[in-house]
Amino acid sequence: MNPSIIVQKVNKSFGKKPVLNEVNLTIGKGQLYGLIGPSGAGKTTLVKMIVGMEKANSGTIHVLDEKMPNLAILQEIGYMAQSNALYLELTGEENLKFFASLFKLNKDEQRTRIAYASNLVNLTADLKKRVAAYSGGMKRRLSLAIALIQDPQLLILDEPTVGIDPELKLSIWNELLRLKNDEGKTIIVTTHVMDEAERCDMVAMVRDGAILASGTPDELKDLYHVGSLDEVFLKAGVKQHENLGVN
Amino acid sequence: MRISALIKRITLQLLRDKRTLGLMFVAPLLILTLMYFLFNGNTVDPKLGVVGIDEQLVKGLEKTDIQVIEYEKASSDTVIDKDLDGLLEADSGNMILTLKNDDTSKAKALQMKVNQVAAAQVQKKLIQQSPAAGGMATKQIDTKYVYGNKDTVFFDVLSPILVGYFVFFFVFIISGIGLLRERTTGTLDRLMSTPIRRWEIVTAYLTGYGIFAIVQTVIVVIYAINVLDIVLAGSIFDVILINLLLALVALALGILLSSFAASEFQMIQFIPVVVIPQVFFAGIFPLDGMADWLQAVAKIMPMYYAGDALKAVMYKGMGLGEISGDIIALAVFAVIFIALNIVALKKYRTL
Ligand SMILES: Nc1ncnc2c1ncn2[C@@H]1O[C@H](COP(=O)(O)OP(=O)(O)OP(=O)(O)O)[C@@H](O)[C@H]1O
Ligand SMILES: [Mg+2]
Repeated sequence: MNPSIIVQKVNKSFGKKPVLNEVNLTIGKGQLYGLIGPSGAGKTTLVKMIVGMEKANSGTIHVLDEKMPNLAILQEIGYMAQSNALYLELTGEENLKFFASLFKLNKDEQRTRIAYASNLVNLTADLKKRVAAYSGGMKRRLSLAIALIQDPQLLILDEPTVGIDPELKLSIWNELLRLKNDEGKTIIVTTHVMDEAERCDMVAMVRDGAILASGTPDELKDLYHVGSLDEVFLKAGVKQHENLGVN
Repeated sequence: MRISALIKRITLQLLRDKRTLGLMFVAPLLILTLMYFLFNGNTVDPKLGVVGIDEQLVKGLEKTDIQVIEYEKASSDTVIDKDLDGLLEADSGNMILTLKNDDTSKAKALQMKVNQVAAAQVQKKLIQQSPAAGGMATKQIDTKYVYGNKDTVFFDVLSPILVGYFVFFFVFIISGIGLLRERTTGTLDRLMSTPIRRWEIVTAYLTGYGIFAIVQTVIVVIYAINVLDIVLAGSIFDVILINLLLALVALALGILLSSFAASEFQMIQFIPVVVIPQVFFAGIFPLDGMADWLQAVAKIMPMYYAGDALKAVMYKGMGLGEISGDIIALAVFAVIFIALNIVALKKYRTL
């Protein structure tokens, strides 16, 4: 089975500032893949490039066997941006409906998908409210619901659980695992929370625009000879600084 | 279907934003009404002080709506103290007119009236002395008007241009800020992660805001013609057509320029740079008198063509055939701006 995502030798800079440096990444079908790394490391830039919203300076990205950017593939990608991009004047339901129609769902599909997605993020009761009146966490949840609206094969979630309470966070993670296990969806999640990373099949550590290490959470711990991903994160930082010192 | 979803959303957003709606539909009417009263206000009769002027001439002056006040003695201080517009003194056969000249147009008008009355008096005296010459001199000059009539005021000439300009201004601002908000809130980015095409976004924006622009244009035109009683020599449909075309240009230009603005504040900065200069070239000031390079600049201003077309239809009563050049120019502007819009969105996604 072909991998869902293949990133090859991708370089990206904003103006003169290099942001990604020779990134290679392969994500298998049905994997839950975590991207961790310090703020400003380039995680968001990387996932945006996978979606085709940013152009690589060099290198190629293939998603579901198609070279990105590719419009048809976008139908199969559910993307949740790091910042909530919602229409505040509209109600939650109108936001969901709008995105559902962009993905060309018919009326029946729209109804069932809106019911499913809003139920998953526990927003069913607030669907008729204007988004302007939502709390921060509610907006985040609506964002997540929109990413799921067209039932895509591939989910790309940029820090999906920031601002969401532990109880709901748990149920969202259980649902992500169910989507992966039962429906074979490929999921990419960026996160700063190590116990979320712990639940991923594979984790890649991004630092200064390069992937320092990747593997299962256990492989990473073995690699750095530590007992938790938190320590992996810290140790990777120290190692990198030492390397820089040597250079 | 994506386009219609986007149009529906834009419409819904605008309908929920009561203030923006108010700005779009009520503000142009308010300003137009204000201008109407400003330009149609009754002129105050000028006050003229006179010293040693004969009875005949004073009567003549009073007939032309000049308020004449006689003084024994006066100087330019009197003009200021008594708040006169001018002072006419007879001085050993000559007459001296002192003008206050705080308002140049008022001063010029007064000067002209005084000259006319004085000249008429001299003529009368001549006729009395030699009636033979009278036959020719008493003939009045009949004035005929190619456009308008003797009651035409500046506002009648100005209003066609104003109607067009307000349509341009408000459509520009609202559509520009509309797409800008989509950029700054990140929803445009979000849209680009769905399978929508760039031209679909541009089409939807043009249509969504276009609907409101059409309503606004029709309201403004109907209000101007029916309520404010602005002269309309030509057909109202031609007027609406020109304004719609102009609205389309403003719409496309507003959306286009919003891609060069990082915030609402920066969008507002386009008003003095792009919108206000348009009014100078719209036909309020005669183009013939402008420097050559300014005339060239006028040719790249949409308002130049719209102003010309509107004046032709509303004031001169011309038909579409006679303004086809202007119509084509506006259409070309619209096409260019729309195409540039599709290119400008490349910044977000190349597809
Ligand atoms: N549009 C942009 N223009 C210029 N620089 C940018 C832009 N977007 C991101 N960057 C830079 O690219 C680098 C990586 O940013 P990115 O958003 O990918 O980080 P991140 O790993 O997602 O961080 P965080 O965990 O804080 O979300 C940062 O140094 C940032 O300043
Ligand atoms: Mg990020």
